[in-house]
Amino acid sequence: MTAPRDIHEYLAEMEDIPGTRVFTAARARQGYHLNQFAMSLMKPENRERWKADEAAYLEHWQLTPEQKAAVLARDYNALLDLGGNIYFLSKVFSTDGLSFLQAVSTMTGVSVEDYSAMMNAGGRSPVGQRSKKEAR
Amino acid sequence: MARITAGVASSHVPLLGVAHDFGKDRDDYFSPIFAGYDWTRQWEKAEKPDVVVLVYNDHASAFDMKIIPTFAIGCGERYKPADEGWGPRKVPDVIGHPDLAWHIAQSLILDEFDMTIINEMDVDHGLTVPLSMMFGDVPEWPCKVIPLAVNVVTYPPPSGNRCWALGEAIARAVASFPEDLNVQVWGTGGMSHQLQGPRAGLINAEWDNDFLDGLIGDTDRLRHIPHIEYLRETGSEGIEMVMWLIMRGALGKRTAALHRHYHVPCSNTAIGHMVLRPDNGEGLDMTGSGHALAAE
Repeated sequence: MTAPRDIHEYLAEMEDIPGTRVFTAARARQGYHLNQFAMSLMKPENRERWKADEAAYLEHWQLTPEQKAAVLARDYNALLDLGGNIYFLSKVFSTDGLSFLQAVSTMTGVSVEDYSAMMNAGGRSPVGQRSKKEAR
Repeated sequence: MARITAGVASSHVPLLGVAHDFGKDRDDYFSPIFAGYDWTRQWEKAEKPDVVVLVYNDHASAFDMKIIPTFAIGCGERYKPADEGWGPRKVPDVIGHPDLAWHIAQSLILDEFDMTIINEMDVDHGLTVPLSMMFGDVPEWPCKVIPLAVNVVTYPPPSGNRCWALGEAIARAVASFPEDLNVQVWGTGGMSHQLQGPRAGLINAEWDNDFLDGLIGDTDRLRHIPHIEYLRETGSEGIEMVMWLIMRGALGKRTAALHRHYHVPCSNTAIGHMVLRPDNGEGLDMTGSGHALAAE
């Protein structure tokens, strides 16, 4: 069996990945309304209302002030910290006309050109990216 | 009797659907990716599956955060391509096989897999991109499809071991369906990729290829990989590969690889694709398609 013996240990390991917010239950709870807002942009009529007045559209959702500010700023790293999930957030950047590659690159601290070049060269190496505490 | 004749694994990157739908699939960027599916498109024409049990994950399309089923099976008559924020893909509706789907659903529940039943939903790129990759640009899909959706978004997703066991139970369910049907099981998603945070863009070709190796033959070592290893080695979205293990579990004790393809990158993702034949004691090439291809 592969079942973890201890749920606390299992959840602690999830926080040991460098540069990553694993979408755990705690984040799912924190980001519930944020992700449901993003989900609403799957409907074309909602996208039109959103594009017409983003701030007014957000008033209909129970987002925290931090979440609202991060949405308006398209600060995807902040949105991950506030419980956002990338597949839900993709509705926001798709509505902006951004591809996954363009949107994802904004979280990495390099330009989309440099990010794209890294991917074309084989992607980011896992070396040094596996564990914070073990630094491997 | 219905029988599982083959298993197919494939990434389901949404950009592949865009490339396919807008005729970019043979440009310099996409050609090396799509060329790896040419063999499979020919092979599928010879195989003529009646039904594909298509294991995939919904990407916040049919399921939002209101309800999060771990394993859900589509028992509906038809499914429309989802609007994922840029309008639905202009691909054919997906036609279900409610008789077999309900048979599998009932069998799985009696076999102690507590499935969620879906009667209506739209299907997103996770399901329609693999259909495009395997069948190309067609006026209608050449087979019925039973969607099998797995939660790999909200942690914890099911373990690899549980996925493998579900595949074994699907094989038992198919084997007890009285109609003579040629059934394939597809596992989709992966391979290594991370779509979030400063670590985005992680690719691990060595690990991915070892995973591909592990699908072949009589080893079942892959079922024991814990979630944390997928996270550490293959990026936050590499966990999708547990869905491949449902396909592998459905193929029985031993498999042979008919076709294998790996390419980096497609957008943020490593593309992996494999066609497997189960060894069920009746010989590996049950439909004669291997001979048909050899004769061409």
